[in-house]
Amino acid sequence: MSLELREVTKRFDDVVAVRELALEVPAGEFLTLLGPSGCGKTTALRLIAGFESPDAGSVVFDGRDVTRDSPQRRGFGMVFQNYALFPHLDVGENVSYGLRARRASAAEIADRVAASLRRVNLEGYGARAVQALSGGQQQRVALARALAIEPPLLLLDEPLSNLDAALREQTRRELRDLVKGLGITAVFVTHDQEEAFALSDRIAVLETGRLRQIGPPEELYRRPADPFVATFVGRANLVPATLSESRPRRVDFGGEGSWAADADDDTPSGPVLALLRPEDLELTGAGAGLPGVVRDRRFAGATTSFVLRMGGSDGPRDLEVIAEDRARVGDAVTVRPREGGTIRVFPMPAGAGR
Amino acid sequence: MRGAGGPVGQTIRWQRILGAGILLVLAWLVVYPNVVVLSDSLFEGGRPTLEAYRTFFTTRSELEALWASVWISLGSVALSALIGVPLALFFHRYEFPGRGVLAALAALPVLLPPLVGVIAFLFLAGESGVLTRSLQALLGLDEPPWRLVGAPAILLVHAYTMYVYFYLFTRAGLARLDEGTLEAAASLGAGRWRTLRTVVLPLLRPALFGAALLVFMTSMASFSAPYVFGGGFRVLTTQIYASKISGALQLALVETVILASVSLAFLWFLRRSEGRRQYAGAGKGVQQARRRIQTRWARVAVTVAGFGAVTVLLLPHLTLVLVSFVPEGAWTTQILPSRYSPDNYAALFRDPELLRPVLNSLQMASLATAANVVFCFLAAYLVVRGRVRGRGLVSALLVLPWALPGTVLAIGLATTFSTHQPLAGRFVLVGTFWILPVAYFIRNTPLVAQAAIASFRQFDPALEEASYSLGAGWGLTMRRIALPLVLPGLAAGGMLAFVSGLGEFVASILLYTPRSRPISIEILAQLRAFDFGAGAALGVILSLLMAAVFGLGGRFVRGGAVPRI
Repeated sequence: MSLELREVTKRFDDVVAVRELALEVPAGEFLTLLGPSGCGKTTALRLIAGFESPDAGSVVFDGRDVTRDSPQRRGFGMVFQNYALFPHLDVGENVSYGLRARRASAAEIADRVAASLRRVNLEGYGARAVQALSGGQQQRVALARALAIEPPLLLLDEPLSNLDAALREQTRRELRDLVKGLGITAVFVTHDQEEAFALSDRIAVLETGRLRQIGPPEELYRRPADPFVATFVGRANLVPATLSESRPRRVDFGGEGSWAADADDDTPSGPVLALLRPEDLELTGAGAGLPGVVRDRRFAGATTSFVLRMGGSDGPRDLEVIAEDRARVGDAVTVRPREGGTIRVFPMPAGAGR
Repeated sequence: MRGAGGPVGQTIRWQRILGAGILLVLAWLVVYPNVVVLSDSLFEGGRPTLEAYRTFFTTRSELEALWASVWISLGSVALSALIGVPLALFFHRYEFPGRGVLAALAALPVLLPPLVGVIAFLFLAGESGVLTRSLQALLGLDEPPWRLVGAPAILLVHAYTMYVYFYLFTRAGLARLDEGTLEAAASLGAGRWRTLRTVVLPLLRPALFGAALLVFMTSMASFSAPYVFGGGFRVLTTQIYASKISGALQLALVETVILASVSLAFLWFLRRSEGRRQYAGAGKGVQQARRRIQTRWARVAVTVAGFGAVTVLLLPHLTLVLVSFVPEGAWTTQILPSRYSPDNYAALFRDPELLRPVLNSLQMASLATAANVVFCFLAAYLVVRGRVRGRGLVSALLVLPWALPGTVLAIGLATTFSTHQPLAGRFVLVGTFWILPVAYFIRNTPLVAQAAIASFRQFDPALEEASYSLGAGWGLTMRRIALPLVLPGLAAGGMLAFVSGLGEFVASILLYTPRSRPISIEILAQLRAFDFGAGAALGVILSLLMAAVFGLGGRFVRGGAVPRI
């Protein structure tokens, strides 16, 4: 069942938390709202859940306008950041809470609670006190509780942020398998780009209440809509460059050589910002490219990352490069984009002063 | 709904209805009686007049009473601090045998109703008290060494009963103190006194200020001590009582208006002058190990000092217990009573007329407390979780009865609910059973409301949202989630309210009816009849009832959520 936000706006006093947000989530999709803190992603989720009512716009679910419906009428399952497990109820009572509220029969409650706990690998934990559980177990109880009511839509508000790193990665996989296995539509909120990539069919990037871009992870990474998305999603070097007039368009960095450019049609030729992911660069001993000096070298097992200090007409600048190379700190090197790729470019932002 | 919108649907509808209901009750019972008092003080026989105000401001005794209320209160703050703060520092600093028990005992008087404390003091140090007569005999005097009467007596009793606020606040403040700051001061070369003066006391400032404010307001509203020990010396509260009893109703109203205005003015002024100064605790800090005294003689001295101080502080209450075993007429001129028997207690169960005030108080306090718990739960929900207009007003009105002396409340109720004007919201309650439960309800609303509000603030609103998202409605969410979670705090507040209702005296003396007279009034009646033993026995029973409530309550309220005040 599909969810649609139509030009939803939400203000808190003078602050616009969500600005004319329009989204469509088709049935069965796992969508992530991604953005830095304060971008409005949690408010957007709470608008969907019904804990906030929009100042303008509407929330449509399964073709029906639910904007004025209370959270309990909507019946969307929700997993909270701190889990919000009822501390005075045991695991089983927590999971059965929604079923009791719906006045399900005792037999049905018992069945569904057992099934829900089995689903999250907590079989036999029904009589435990929630405080006695580990963080990961609490997280799974919260998930079981939300799923027990068989919600048509599952909302998740940074449910993994309180887990330690190792557990988070494992839980991520389990969560995706579970949600996909049930075929449920899900909206997930996070500020962690890696988490968003691992979980989502599509990601919506928000910044100060606005939707900056929505699309599959790869598209966001390879073809970000603007410099904000480019830097927020993955590591990015944004380097001044010059875009050619000719088609297909090419970009050069003021030295020898030029590279195929991926520019929007309305990007004017001339000075632009080029997106160079660290792994799209390579170090060469000589030849075409830009000269720089190795300032820092970080060995991370599979890869090695370098920070290069580049000279430039507008002062020194750092560049991050992931490469297999033996260059040491202080070495002079030449860096250039790898062959075969295209370079994403953005219009030079107004007021950039270049 | 405020401009920002809010939760959708049912919840907001309930909040609106609830808000309207709560505001109505508060306006009717908390605000309206004061409005009636103010307007009645300005009218006589239907005509506007300032005659009574002129009388007040031109009569020497009236102005003296006003001035006495203020300076007695300031003096009480100073004396209470002088006892309470050093006592707390002492128990915080030194470790000696019995320290824990003594530290707890020193806080005991906070649980006793003011009247019982005052009576106990009378038995100890009054003209014919145990201590007074002992000294008289010891020194071979013809007259008692002192007569405990007037301003010094009131100040002494206040200091003796109100030091507890400074003691408890200072202890709480010390417990929060990061000992690291003390070590830092020491490492920078500050001696013990310099550290106390430049680090400890400034950090304790918020706690000390809170205690000072509490003592000042309590003292301003104090009635029992001036009533029993005042003699010819009057403060505003006893002046109001005297005017009311002698039939000078108009003057009583004016005095009430003045007392209320002065109390509110001081509250406002003190709050404002303190501003929002707060020292956030700098982290967890290390608890300093208490100083274990090394030399044996010093250890003995400290232990003796600790026991001595607590004994002196509890002596009045011990005397009360002693006197409660004295049969009628068995204590006339002797230093100590000559005979003891449990007769006074047995009489309570033989004579239904003696037991009656106990049952009355239990019944009236239960009713008021039940109403308090329900009302304050809903009000606290609205204040903390509400998304509707008027929450600020509700939370201000919830504390207002705390700022107004009990005498003001009683005069307000006596004036407002003595005529039958249903359209003006006035019904005859004076002279009926209901007037005292209503008065107790209003007096204890701030206490219970604060407890409930604190509990609501402690639990995550996401718990309620989780309940809604699982399909539960407002009622189910309140019943199954909010109520169980705030219950410990709410119960603690309810217990305090119940206990305070049991011992209530200030408003009762202006409002009681003979048939529904509470314990405090009966104690006074027994003293008037010179049956000290019976009066003391009732005082002990009252204290035991309170102790029982806390004993049972402490078990019921897990985790020691009982606030210390």
